[in-house]
Amino acid sequence: MQLALRDRHAAQGARFASFAGWAMPVQYGGILEEHAAVRNGVGVFDVSHLGRVWVRGAEAGAAIRSVSTYDVTRLEPGRAHYSLYCTTEGGIADDIFIYHLETERWLVVHNAANAAADHARLAAVKQGVVEEVTRETVMLAVQGPGARATLGAVLGAEVWDLELHDCRELSWGGGAVIFARTGYTGEDGGECITDRERAGPLWDALVEAGAAPVGLGARDTLRLEAALPLHGNDIDTHRHPYEAGLGWAVTLQDGVPFTGREALVQIKEKPREQRLGHLRALERGVPRAGYTVYNRASEAVSRLTSGAYSPTLRVGIGMAYLPIALTEPGTQLTVDVRGRSLPMEVVRRPFYKREDA
Amino acid sequence: MESPEDLRYTSEHEWIRLDGDEGTIGITDFAQEQLGDVVYVELPEAGTRLVQGDTFGTIESVKAVSDLFAPVSGEVLEWNEALQDAPELVNASPYGDGWLLKMRVEELAQVDALLDAASYRSGTVSA
Repeated sequence: MQLALRDRHAAQGARFASFAGWAMPVQYGGILEEHAAVRNGVGVFDVSHLGRVWVRGAEAGAAIRSVSTYDVTRLEPGRAHYSLYCTTEGGIADDIFIYHLETERWLVVHNAANAAADHARLAAVKQGVVEEVTRETVMLAVQGPGARATLGAVLGAEVWDLELHDCRELSWGGGAVIFARTGYTGEDGGECITDRERAGPLWDALVEAGAAPVGLGARDTLRLEAALPLHGNDIDTHRHPYEAGLGWAVTLQDGVPFTGREALVQIKEKPREQRLGHLRALERGVPRAGYTVYNRASEAVSRLTSGAYSPTLRVGIGMAYLPIALTEPGTQLTVDVRGRSLPMEVVRRPFYKREDA
Repeated sequence: MESPEDLRYTSEHEWIRLDGDEGTIGITDFAQEQLGDVVYVELPEAGTRLVQGDTFGTIESVKAVSDLFAPVSGEVLEWNEALQDAPELVNASPYGDGWLLKMRVEELAQVDALLDAASYRSGTVSA
């Protein structure tokens, strides 16, 4: 599938790669440069591959709640929250963002690889009217310490009265832009959703206002520095929210049934065997997803679910599910980097935190 | 994509520049472009003997890791220590400051048998 803004990306020098069936810009100038633009300035990402589904009607909140882990019925209109879909066994089927835009109007954003299954999951719930608009709309993320100025210049300064996770529908360019103070980089900023007709002008205005185009390559290094999990790598149906450190996205105390609740109640009561840990390299070398993690007795204890060279920290970083005894910060482990033993240390999450956060 | 006329090339996108029996080795402009930002290079110490075709090191970019293969047989004279702190030289100057290894070439005939610039270019175009 082709992005609505493909020609603009190509004109900016994008190199494309297939991701979940979409031809996505992986990089423009270079991943390091784009990563730095988001950490030090402002970047714009075309994330239109993410699935977007409207759920409308008086029962829409309850409908979403019946298949997702967080009690979204407590969200006021104008607020958004992170949540999960789980299997009946409590495994993580996807991680999602739910936007309560107006009283009877909700938007749910899915990972691209799971978008079809997620849409079907919502459509199977009989309350509410479910409409997928992934191909009819475009989603642009604007992230970085300079995002405030760029978004203010393009959408109007009122967007900065909004708090983190606020969402609004704004008038723009003769149509509407849905704006939310959300993102996936560990930086300040927001995300914009608009129709295809306004997509080009919006992209151009954001670039004109200083945003550097940033591809999926830097999106991955940015989210990993911020220790944000990637579904399919760090979380999947074989992992439950509690071992992934996502228990905060699960509401059990309201007693309301949702897919996976019964399993999650039991899992929560049991002692954890493993937890997603965060590893930072003590020497040069690039740990990558799939590499084996060893304890000090040289026993294989895990595999990295994600790993990369951190452009900000200038060292290798990674995540792995570790036995609880090995999750204490300061614990020394090694990772087999193609036959070489790379010492790594367990650290607290995130690897990178912006100064004003 | 640049590929200077005075070098010899391999199908693994490496080049060698001969000065007497001393060869300087690096990766091509095409290779650095494909890899993207290089962040780490692992190379053998001086004195290591390389056999043509053997893996002698790795080069890592943000997104990918790639093996390096000895274009010819010989003994490593030195590796480019500047790359330890500035691996980006491989991207900025693949045929100059971004060189990888210098080696004593055992058989000059092995160099002659490598691709010339025109053959290398036609190979990367069709690739």
